[in-house]
This record gives sequence, structure tokens and C-alpha cells, in this order.
Amino acid sequence: MWVAVGILTTMGLVLGGLLGVAARFLAVKEDPLEEELKALLPGSQCGQCGYVGCSQYAAALAKGEAPITLCPPGGKDVIEALAKKLGVTVDLSEHEEAVPQHAFIIEDLCIGCTRCIRECSTDSILGANKLMHTIIMETCHGCAKCVSVCPTEAIMMVRTPVTLNNWHWPKPEAQNNPAVPQPAHAH
Amino acid sequence: MKEYVLLIISAALVNNVILARFLGLCSFMGVTTRIDTAVGMGMATTFVITVSSMADWAVGAYLLEPYNLWYLRTVTFIMVIAAAVQFTEMTVKKVSPALFQMLGIYLPLITTNCAVLGVAILLVEARMTFIEATLFGFASSIGYSLVMVMMAGLRERLSFADVPRLFAGAPNGFIVASLLALAFMGFSGMTS
Repeated sequence: MWVAVGILTTMGLVLGGLLGVAARFLAVKEDPLEEELKALLPGSQCGQCGYVGCSQYAAALAKGEAPITLCPPGGKDVIEALAKKLGVTVDLSEHEEAVPQHAFIIEDLCIGCTRCIRECSTDSILGANKLMHTIIMETCHGCAKCVSVCPTEAIMMVRTPVTLNNWHWPKPEAQNNPAVPQPAHAH
Repeated sequence: MKEYVLLIISAALVNNVILARFLGLCSFMGVTTRIDTAVGMGMATTFVITVSSMADWAVGAYLLEPYNLWYLRTVTFIMVIAAAVQFTEMTVKKVSPALFQMLGIYLPLITTNCAVLGVAILLVEARMTFIEATLFGFASSIGYSLVMVMMAGLRERLSFADVPRLFAGAPNGFIVASLLALAFMGFSGMTS
């Protein structure tokens, strides 16, 4: 029995040692910046930036290949966080403000087909088969994927109410200017 | 010389690990949707099976046999295989990150691919010599890769075919696998 224990222990030590040495020689350098940028992005893999997911967008950002203004669900606050992290200045005055939106289910029209639930990348839709669904507003990031799959057109995008996290000081001259179209999707 | 050739043909075609012994079916169905992933998986598994058959032969001959510890063969072989897979994973991650992403979970799962352990156990139970064991491991894994690539090619074409909705995807894959296994039965009897 002691021979068996000894053999197993020795094998474990030898193989572990070999792997440890191999890990040192074959280590892959991962860009720490990429990880930090990924943490700033919403992480819902909605793909509206044109990349496959948030980590691919973060990789492109870390290499400086992508503009920092591509993330619609993140909005202004994510752009500002990215600009701060990357040390670049960005002129947000020209930025066409994608109003923070979230989905809203018109409950009279919902037939409970669960298609939107399967589509949602943030698990923000609550409901069950043949029962009415509803949106969890805190986690919905407004990717509008559910809107296109709803068979009864019961989902629409509405403006997210202003909170401390998404409120910005309004520009005085932009206000009361009828030439500027209001990008509202008011409910 | 002749016996080595027969051993190679027997391990690669006649007693093919996937289609005759039915080992390693998980990755057979899992990564055969595209040819390039099948080729990558085949190469990774070829490396793992060959290295682990050599190492497992040595473990069997120099550690288990002298102390009569054959009851430890599964756990020791799995240890060797797991180390070989870890090493392969590190190498693939370093050399080809794209392949690493494509293989995904199937790469670490080579550890539990029963084709690898099956080959190791078969070769120690047949009391092969070191050269035979190496050839057997290599030829088995070549047979594995061959079937993987064939299956991937068939499924790539089948994905464009207009099949009934119930049969699309995995069911179709199983039917193709059974037809391939039937075709490989034609090799049986070529060697003893």
C-alpha cells in the first residue's frame, strides 16, 4: 500500500512540476488594459458596437483600433469612463445622444410566448409560458433585441427615467431650440 | 516489419476507435460541424494520444508491473493524460489563440475523452512492446482524426441540404455516423 501511495505522490509531484515549468515557458501575455476596459463595458454582448461581444470590443479598444463611442447601451457614462481610462479626450457635444432606453411590455398584448425571454442577453424579462411577461428595468440595457422577436408587437422602447447615474447637465442653448429634433421615444 | 504495418492498419481502420470501438463519441458529435475545428481537434488529440500512450506504457512497465499495482492503472493513466492535455492546452493557447477559441471546452475535455484512456488500457492489456505501443497510439489517433475530418466534411455539406426540420442538426449527424460505421465494417476481417 505504501508503494502505491508513494508512486502516486511521486507521479503527481513530477507531472505537476513539469506543468509548472511548461506554464512558465508557454505563458500567454494578456493585456491588463483589455481586462479593465472589459470591466467598464456593460458586458451584455449585445453586439451593437459591431464587434461580436464586449471582450472583442475591449480588445479593439486596447489596441486603439476602435473609437470609444460605439457602445449605445453604455451611453455617455461609459464613453466618459473609457475616455478617462484611456486618457483621451472626447468631444461629446457632437455626440448624438442615444437616449437611455429600456424595453417596455404592453401587458394587454403579451401572449406569453417566451420568445423575448430567450432573446434577452441580460435575463431582464420575467415571465412564464402563457403568462404575461414584464421587464426588469434595472438590468435592461436597451439593446432592443426583444422588440424584433415579439410576434404581437407588445414590446416597445421607452426612455429610461433620469437618475443620478445617467443625468447630465443640459446645455442651455440646446434647450428650447425647435431646430434640434427631440430624440424622444416618450411613452 | 510486416506486423507493424498490420498493426497500424488494424488500429487506424479496422478497429477504428470511433467507428468500431465507439470511443470518444462526445467530441465526434461535438466538434465535427466545421472541417477546420475537426482538423484542430484531430491534431490536438493525436498529440495527446501518442504522448500518453508512450508515457502510459512506461508507467505500466516500470511502475505498475514490478510492484503488481495494476489496480492503479486507471488513476495513474488519467493523471498522465491530464498532464498531457494541460500541456497541449498551453501550447495551443500560445501558438494559435483562434484555434483555442474554436475548440473551447472540447480541448480540456480531451482528458475525459474515453478514446485516450481506452487506447492506453488496450495497449497495456495487449502486453505490447514500446514500439508497438507507440505505433498503436499514433495509428489509433490518426484513425480518430481521419474519421473526424470525414464526418466534418459530410456534415458541412449536409448543413446546406434541405432535410425535414425534425432531423436537422444532431439527429442527422447520428444517422450519418451510423452509415459511416457501416462503411467501416467493410474493413473488418482484413487483419486478425
